[in-house]
Amino acid sequence: MMAFPQAKPQPPQLPQHLLRTIDCHQGAVRAVRFNVDGNYLLSCGSDKSLKLWSVGRGTLLKTYSGHGYEVLDADSSYDSSQVCSCSSDKTVILWDVATGQVSRKLRGHAGKVNCVQFNEEASVILSGSIDGTVRCWDTRSRKYQPIQVLDEARDSISSLKVAQHELLTGSVDGRVRRYDLRMGQLHVDFISSPITCVCFSQDGQCTLSSSLDSTVRLLDKSTGEMLGEYTGHKMKGYKLDCCLSNKDTHVLSCSEDGHVYCWDLVEGSLSLKLPVGKAVVQSLSFHPIETCLLTAMEGRVQVWGAQPEEAEDDTLAT
Amino acid sequence: MAAGGDSDEDFVSFGTPLEPLEEDEPLKRPVPLHEQTVKDEKGRYQRFHGAFTGGFSAGYFNTVGSKEGWSPATFVSSRQQKAEKHHARPEDFMDEEDFSEHGIAPREITTSQEFSSSRRDEAAEKARAVSAQAALIPGDTLLEELITPARSSVGIDLLTKMGWKEGQGIGPRLKRKPRRQLKDGGSRKSSYVLPPTGSEESEDEDDEEFAPENVTFAPKDVTPVDFTPRLGVQGLGYRGLDPGRALLGRAADEHVNLFRPQSETRSRLFGERGRSSRRAGVAGQAFGVGALEDEDEDVYHRDSMSRYDTVLGEEEPGDGLYGWTAPEQYTRRRERNKDAAYLGKILEGFTLAQNPLEEKTIFPPPTLPRDYRPVHYFRPKVDVTRLSGVSSALAEALKTSKGHMVPEEPQQGGRHQLDSGQRGALLGEDVLKGPASVLDLLRPDDRQRLLSLRNASAHKPCRSDSQDSSQAPGPGPVLPASGLQQQEALAAWRGSSSSSSSSQSFKPFEKNPSKQARYELYLGGLRQGDTGALEQSLDPSMTEWERSRERDEFVRASILYRPSSSSLSSRFTRGELQEDEDAVEVSRDQEGERDAKQAAVQMKMFGKLTRETLEWHPDRLLCKRFNVPDPYPGSSVVGLPKVKRDKFSVFNFLTVPESRETAAPPQPLEPGKKSRWDVSEQEKEKKDEDPPSQAVSEGEEQSSDKKAEEEEEEEEQRPPMDLFKAIFASSSSEKSSSSSEGESDGEEGDAKEEEGRKEAVKLFSVAASSSSSAVTSSLHSEAAGSSQKSAQDEEEFGPKLPPPLPPAAAAAARGGAAPRYLLPEEEKTSRRSKEKKHKNKKQQKHKKEKKKKKHKKHKHKGKRKKEASGSSSEDSKEDEDDVQPSTDELLRRLKSIRPPQIW
Repeated sequence: MMAFPQAKPQPPQLPQHLLRTIDCHQGAVRAVRFNVDGNYLLSCGSDKSLKLWSVGRGTLLKTYSGHGYEVLDADSSYDSSQVCSCSSDKTVILWDVATGQVSRKLRGHAGKVNCVQFNEEASVILSGSIDGTVRCWDTRSRKYQPIQVLDEARDSISSLKVAQHELLTGSVDGRVRRYDLRMGQLHVDFISSPITCVCFSQDGQCTLSSSLDSTVRLLDKSTGEMLGEYTGHKMKGYKLDCCLSNKDTHVLSCSEDGHVYCWDLVEGSLSLKLPVGKAVVQSLSFHPIETCLLTAMEGRVQVWGAQPEEAEDDTLAT
Repeated sequence: MAAGGDSDEDFVSFGTPLEPLEEDEPLKRPVPLHEQTVKDEKGRYQRFHGAFTGGFSAGYFNTVGSKEGWSPATFVSSRQQKAEKHHARPEDFMDEEDFSEHGIAPREITTSQEFSSSRRDEAAEKARAVSAQAALIPGDTLLEELITPARSSVGIDLLTKMGWKEGQGIGPRLKRKPRRQLKDGGSRKSSYVLPPTGSEESEDEDDEEFAPENVTFAPKDVTPVDFTPRLGVQGLGYRGLDPGRALLGRAADEHVNLFRPQSETRSRLFGERGRSSRRAGVAGQAFGVGALEDEDEDVYHRDSMSRYDTVLGEEEPGDGLYGWTAPEQYTRRRERNKDAAYLGKILEGFTLAQNPLEEKTIFPPPTLPRDYRPVHYFRPKVDVTRLSGVSSALAEALKTSKGHMVPEEPQQGGRHQLDSGQRGALLGEDVLKGPASVLDLLRPDDRQRLLSLRNASAHKPCRSDSQDSSQAPGPGPVLPASGLQQQEALAAWRGSSSSSSSSQSFKPFEKNPSKQARYELYLGGLRQGDTGALEQSLDPSMTEWERSRERDEFVRASILYRPSSSSLSSRFTRGELQEDEDAVEVSRDQEGERDAKQAAVQMKMFGKLTRETLEWHPDRLLCKRFNVPDPYPGSSVVGLPKVKRDKFSVFNFLTVPESRETAAPPQPLEPGKKSRWDVSEQEKEKKDEDPPSQAVSEGEEQSSDKKAEEEEEEEEQRPPMDLFKAIFASSSSEKSSSSSEGESDGEEGDAKEEEGRKEAVKLFSVAASSSSSAVTSSLHSEAAGSSQKSAQDEEEFGPKLPPPLPPAAAAAARGGAAPRYLLPEEEKTSRRSKEKKHKNKKQQKHKKEKKKKKHKKHKHKGKRKKEASGSSSEDSKEDEDDVQPSTDELLRRLKSIRPPQIW
C-alpha cells in the first residue's frame, strides 16, 4: 500500500480579513445573526427595523418593520422560512421571511425582550426578557399565551440558547441556568457576575458564558466545572456577545475597546485581537460552517473571513 | 337451534371456536381508541363526523371536495368564442364519495333495494303474496320472483348453517301435537293474526293423520303482516276496483259499485254465501245479463240515491258493519269467534287487539278535612334571650315547644360557633365574674398595651391563674399544620408597626367584640415576634374545643389579613446601607451557602460548589414541541415543584397573585436603593441571595465598600468631569445641584485633572465608551425616541446596550444617506450644532469645579439616597430634542447617567 504522507493538519484559520462592511442604515445594530446555513444575515437595528442581507454580496434583501422599538435580537428558523425577533417594545414577532409580513406578534413580557431563539423545529419561540422570565411561545397553535413561563431567574435574562432538548439562559443575577427538558432538571451554575451571553459549544458538551467581570468562562455542561477562562477583553457595562468558532477551536468575544478577542479554546491564550473599530463591538456571530465572522459596531456590520477577497475590495471603500 | 337435544354429548357446534389461550402468552392489549382509525380507499385517514355518509367525512370537512374549495371555471368570452351557458347539475356539487356505492348518487352498478337480499326473506314474500292476492293484477310479484339475487343476508346464512330451511319457523323442533297446540295458542295469543293461506289449513289437517310419533317438525313459520305503504291519495281503508272480481263474475249478485267497494265483501261475509253461483263470464252493468243468469232485475241499472251516504256520521245501519274497511284476509278467519260489531271498524293494516288495554286506575285525591284552609300560619317566634328572668329550663322548654330550633341569628352562625359566654347570654345566664371578663372589659388598645408590657417583663406564657395552667394547652398540642401557619403569620406580622396597623387593619371578628379583642391581642403578640402570642390571647375560660377552634381561626385570619407591607416587603431586598426597621426578616439559613458559592467563584472552583440541580417540570406541550418525552408523566406540576417565592424581581409585581385579599397599593420603591446595578458586584451578589442579617452585613458592608472603592480606582473610564461641571454651573437651584453633586462624588482627582484638557469632541468618544454613557446615546441619536426610555431601562436592569451611533455615523445619518465614512471636515460641519451645546457646558463647568471639590468627601454616605431621588424623578422626563439643549435638559440627562463606580 502506498503510504502518502498525511496532509499536514492545517492550523485553524481565523477570520482576520475584513471582507466587506455593510452599512445598515438602521441606527445602531443591536445584534447581527447568521441564518442557519450562513448565507444570509439578520441585523437588528435600533430604528425598529430588522434587515435581511446577503452575506456574500452585502445587499439588502428585505426590511422587516413592525416593531415599536429597537430590535434587540433575532433568530431564523431551521428552514429560513421564518424569522423571530424581539424588541424593546416587549414583543416578540414572528416574521414570514418571503413576504415580510408579521406572522404573529407575541405579547406578554413585562419588559423589553433581550433575546429570542427558535427551537430546532421552529415550533417554539423562546424569549428572554428583562422581566426575568423566559417565555416559550407555541408557533403551531393559535394561542397567544406562552406554553410555559420560566421565571426562575431573579433578574433580567440577558441571553438564551437552545440546543436540542436543552435551554441555556444567562441572567443578570449571575447564574447560568440550563433547563434539560428530557431529564426534567434545572442546573444552575453560579458565576457571580452578571451574565451577558451564553453559548453551547458545537459538540454540546460545554457552555460558554461571558460575564460583566470581563471574563469568558467555558464550563463543562454536565458537571459545571470550569474548563477554561478567557480574559483580556473589556466587558464591564454592555451586553456584548461571545461565541465559539465553527469547530470549537476558538472562543470569541466582543469587547468594549473596539476589538474582537479570539482565544484558543484549549490553551486559553489570546490568538487574535481583531480590530473592528473604535467603538464598542456589540454583537458578533460566527458562521455555522465556514470560518467567517460577523461583527456589529454602531451602524455597521462587518464580515470577516479567513482569506482576503480581492474582488470585494471595492465594497470596502463604499 | 340446538339440533340434538336428546343427549348431552351429542351436540352440534356452530361457528369457529376461539383460539385456545396460551398460558404464558402475554395478554393482548386492546387497541387503544386513538389507533382505531378509519382510512378511505386511498389510505387517507378519515375523520369521524356523524351518522351521515357512513359516519365519516365527505369532501373537505363535509363541505367541498378539497381544501381549496371549488375550482373555479374560467370565464372565457370573446367574439369568436362565446361563453356558453353553464347549467349546473346536481352532480357538479357532488364528490367522489357521493358517486360511490353508498353515496347519494351512486354511479356504479349495484343491486338496488328491489333486488337486494332482503327479498329472500320468505316470510315477507309470503306476506306480499298474500297481499298480492287482492292486488290489482294477481301474480304481481311474479316478475320480482323471477329475478332473485344470489346473495342472502348474513342472518339467513347463519340460520341455514344451523339447519334452518326456508319456509320453516324458528325455534326448537316440535312433535306434531304440541306444535298444533302451540300454533293454536300462538294464534290466539299473538298480537297479530296469521293470515290464512288457503291451502295451509287443509294441509295441516292432512298431515295430522300421517304424522309418525318420532318425527319432529320445525315450528310453523310466522307470516308477518305485510305493511304495504299507502301510495295513493285515497283515504284509509279504500280499496280500488277489483278487476279480478269483476272478471270472475263474482260480483254477479251485486254490481261493481265504485262508491261502496266493500259491499261485495260484506255480502260475502254475512250470510249471502248461499248465493255463490260462481259462473265464469263477464258480468257487470255494461254487459247486461247473460242467458244463463237468473237475475235480470238490474239489467237497466237504476242508481238510486238511497245507495249513497248522504249524511256524514250517520247512524250505523244496524248490521254493525258501518264503515267497514278491513281487508278480508284479516277478518275472514276471525269472523267465527269475533264480535262482528268490531269488524266494521278495523282498518287495513290494523288488527283487533287480543288483550284489552289495561285500564288505568285513577285514584281519587284524598279528601281534605272539612275545616282545612289553604293558608300557612307561622308561629310567632319566642325570643328566649329577651326573657332574661326565666330559668334556663324554661327557656329550653320554650325553645323546644316550638317544635324546631329557632335559627340562630345569622351573624352568630351555628350553635357551635358560639362560645360558652355567648351561649350563656343566649340562655339568659348571668355573666360569670372572672378574669376573662375583666380582660374583655378593657379597651383593645389598653389590653394590648397591658399584654405587651407583660410580655416584655415575664417571658413565661403561662398565666397567673392556677386553673389556666391545667386548661390552657402549651404550644405542644398545636397541630403541625397550624404550627407552620403560625410561623407564616409570625413572619408576616413581625416588625410591622403596631400602632398604625392596629387602627387600620381589617377586623375580621368585628361582630364579636370580645373575639376581636382577643384577635388583636394575638396580633399584638405577633408583631412583637412572640411565638406564644396565640396561646396567650385565647380566652382561658373557654373550653378546649372552643379554644382550638379559635386558634385556627386566628392563625388563618392573621395570614389572610396580613399587613400589606409584609406582602410587599417580601418582594424587596433590604437596602444594605440603610438599616431600616421596615426591613424584611428573612431566614438566614442560606447565608452560609451563598458565601460558600461566592468563595468558590472567587477561587475559580466551579463545579459542585457552584452548581445547583433542581427538579424542573417542563410543560407537557413544551415537551411535545421539543419532541421529548415528558420526564414526569402524570405530574401536573409545571416549573419548579417547590415554588420559591422570588423576592427580588421587581417584575413580580406585575403578577401579584389574586389570592391575596389585600390589594396592596403600589408603594414606592425603598429609598436608598436605586437599582441593583448601583452597587459593586460583591454587594450585588449578596443582594441576589437572601439578604443577610443585619449583624453580619454590617461587617461585610464595610469590607465590600472598601472593595468598591478599590474598584473605582481601577476604573479608568467614566463620564468626564466637565460634563458634570457644565451642568452644575448652570443649575441655579440648590436642589438640583446637590443631587448632581451626589452622583459625582465617586470621581477621583485624576479624572478632574483630565477634564480641563478634554475637548468637546472628545467628550463624545469618551462618553460613548464609558460605562455611564447611557445618556450620551440620547445626545447623538438620530432616533430620538428610541434612546430615552431604553436608557432608563438599562439603568435599572441588566447590561446596557452600546450607544446607538457614534457621532460620525449619526452625523452621516443626519446629513443624508451617504454610504461611506465622512471626512473629518464634513463631520465637523455636521456636528456644529452639537458643539455649540458642549461649549455651553464647558463654560459652565469651571464655575462649579471648586464647589464640588469641597463637597466631595462628605457626600459619600448620602450618595445612594440622592441617586434614588434622581432615579425616581426620571419618570417625569420627556423626550429630548437634541437641537437646543437647555440646562434643565442637560441636568435631566445627567440624572440618567448611571453612577460611575459600577463597572
